[in-house]
Amino acid sequence: MLRLVNVLKRYKTGDVALNNVSLEIPDGQVIALIGPSGAGKSTLIRCVNRLVTPTEGKIFLGDTELTALSSRALRKARRRMGMIFQEYALVERLTVMENVLSGRLGYVGFWASWFRKFPKKDVQEAYRLLDRVGLMDMADKRADELSGGQRQRVGICRALIQNPELLLVDEPTASLDPKTSRQIMRLINELCAERGLAAIINIHDVHLAQMYSQRIVGLKLGELVFDGPPDGLVPDVLTEIYGEEDWEATIEDVDEDDEDVDEDGETEGPRT
Amino acid sequence: MSGSSFDTSKPSGSFPDTWKKPPFIKNKTLRWLVYLAVILYFAAAFGTMDINWTRAYEGLPRGAEFIASFFPPTMIDSNGVDVSGTIVEGILESIWMAIVATVAGIILSVPIGLGASRNLAPTPVYLFCRGIIASSRTFPEVILAIFAVKLFGFGSFAGLVALSIGTIGFFAKLLAEDIEITAKSPNEAIESTGAGWFQWVNYAIQPQVLPRMIGLSVYRLDINFRESAVVGIVGGGGIGATLKTSFERYDFSISATILLSIIIIVMMLEYSSGYLRKWVQ
Amino acid sequence: MPIIQTPGGPTWQRRTTPKQLIIWFSWLVGIAVVVFAWLRIADNDLLWVYMPTVGREATDMVSRMVPPKWSYIDVLWKPIWDTLNIATIGTVMAMILAVPIAFAAAVNTTPHRAVRAVALFIIVASRSVNSLIWALALVFILGPGILAGTLAIGLRSIGGCSKLLYEAIEEIDHKQVEAIEATGASRLQQMAYGIMPQVMPTFAGVAVFRWDINVRGSTILGLVGAGGIGLQLSGSMATLAWTQVSMILIAILGTVVISEYVSAKVRHAII
Repeated sequence: MLRLVNVLKRYKTGDVALNNVSLEIPDGQVIALIGPSGAGKSTLIRCVNRLVTPTEGKIFLGDTELTALSSRALRKARRRMGMIFQEYALVERLTVMENVLSGRLGYVGFWASWFRKFPKKDVQEAYRLLDRVGLMDMADKRADELSGGQRQRVGICRALIQNPELLLVDEPTASLDPKTSRQIMRLINELCAERGLAAIINIHDVHLAQMYSQRIVGLKLGELVFDGPPDGLVPDVLTEIYGEEDWEATIEDVDEDDEDVDEDGETEGPRT
Repeated sequence: MSGSSFDTSKPSGSFPDTWKKPPFIKNKTLRWLVYLAVILYFAAAFGTMDINWTRAYEGLPRGAEFIASFFPPTMIDSNGVDVSGTIVEGILESIWMAIVATVAGIILSVPIGLGASRNLAPTPVYLFCRGIIASSRTFPEVILAIFAVKLFGFGSFAGLVALSIGTIGFFAKLLAEDIEITAKSPNEAIESTGAGWFQWVNYAIQPQVLPRMIGLSVYRLDINFRESAVVGIVGGGGIGATLKTSFERYDFSISATILLSIIIIVMMLEYSSGYLRKWVQ
Repeated sequence: MPIIQTPGGPTWQRRTTPKQLIIWFSWLVGIAVVVFAWLRIADNDLLWVYMPTVGREATDMVSRMVPPKWSYIDVLWKPIWDTLNIATIGTVMAMILAVPIAFAAAVNTTPHRAVRAVALFIIVASRSVNSLIWALALVFILGPGILAGTLAIGLRSIGGCSKLLYEAIEEIDHKQVEAIEATGASRLQQMAYGIMPQVMPTFAGVAVFRWDINVRGSTILGLVGAGGIGLQLSGSMATLAWTQVSMILIAILGTVVISEYVSAKVRHAII
């Protein structure tokens, strides 16, 4: 279980990115974090794995107080949280396999990782994950040879091989086309269900958020303004979060599941 | 292919448990040939080096002395004579040389650079100017200085000539390259107004290349100052002669003073060139 | 702004008046400095004794240099080989030392501000002092020969290589490193997995670039006794063996041209 208690983040510039945010996420729950640009969504998930250090407040993962950890203990705690990035953040010049195995860096020593000597079961797990996301044949390809959707799958494998309890997902679909976006979101959802993972997913697309999460949290200017089930996102709530706009067209029936469930083959070719 | 049709229960045991990074050179034979060639080269290189290790070993205390003489550097030589005057004079001479060589070199570079641009000059002029650039680039300033000393005698004028020629090779080449990549459309726009060749260069080419050229000229001033310390070793004036003498007399503390002065001046030049470049842009 | 109201109506000027004045003043100061510097150099009586005969002497020198003594090349092979070895081993040495210095000097990888200051000072110090001066110092410390030359090239190149490397390290895509950091990787692992792959191409490019410069640089080290073909050059100049001098110049020219060709090829192959 992840627990944020009165978290406040003030940047050096004086901007308050998060203002007194408290949030509890039970095990296995997938939540979508929505809000306009600059609402503090990215800051929030970065505070959780301390890529950004909160100014005030406490964050607990299980019994561990993340905000109180020394750098060594923080490294250990980070292993329990997998992160998936906007624009993938793969190391472009490394192979797919190295990118996936880099998720194990918190577990292996420096020289072993330098010589790419990972434990056998890590390598097996890497292959299994790549197979799971349909990239078995890509292991030796360099990351910059892949298409956007394929890269994000590698990013997902890198997070999962950590064997985390929690996924932190930052705008996973921001640079993907609508179809690939759905595939990626569905994949993340399925994987969370398979492994009983909790996840915080930052997402711009309200419709995707409704489709693929069990709970939605809305942030506005660093403050929590909505916390409820996906179908609680009525026009008034969206106006509260994003401002005045005709929202009727955006909100679709949450139960409506898209019909391309069965036919979502990867059609795009590798990027050159 | 992320569909749930995948057998998610597939045990990881059925996957390979080792992985090797694909080698940089894919062809195995070629890879080993390259390794072999590298090993052979270094074996041959070290094998044929005549190194007098005993002499080097004996020099170690002197090396320590050299390093120690930097803390602190002094202007008093081993005979107890204050040589600060000589050092200041030498450094000033180096600075004057660097300034004049940079300016003279740039003035000479402009026509040569224009002539060496394919989009400006007719072919015979182009070839002639490229020839000048190539020949002044080939030899290091020190070799140019040796010949200048033969012709003009010892002193800073010889160094000045060597540095100016070096500047031409550097500056005219970069100028020509910059002109060749100037945008076509403004060039054609100005040409279409009926401007003459000089007007055209003034209005279309100059604004496009000037900012970078100003930055480069400060950079070249920096290079010329560093080189001016070297041409003195072969008699071309400046601080180099004093530096060489200090080594010959094993007056390491004087050498240290001179080296530190050079380092400080180069640092100042680098700092001011960064500042100037920002100011120009 | 540059439209000025005058009694005769508005006129256009390229710059405003105060700005124009500053520019004129800068020019004035600049020209005064150059003229002063020139007067200091020209203030040499001997110079004007040599000057009238320069043209004649130059033609005289050239005429004594042709034809080059082609057979002398037999003596030059070994010095050319030494020259190349000085450049290569010096470059390898410099690159090995430049990597840690560059990581210490880059803002995003330095362990501490004080360490960064030291690294930057090493870089400036190494870059400011020409390899010939390093060679001069080392010849007096370690004795003449190829060892002094190699170390001199190495010492001078540390600064040049480190500077280019640390600039490359500062320009990397930080998100890739952040992603590695988020897995719980240590700082060293972040460097090895997040930064090294991004800067490797630059490293290779810098090494080749520096090697090319170093071949040029090592041709003159012999002038102060630090090995390589420069030794033959100063010897031949001292004995006025002009046909040997021209042969040596041709040999240097050939070495430089070939090294330039090789480095261009290699750079093309790795980038």
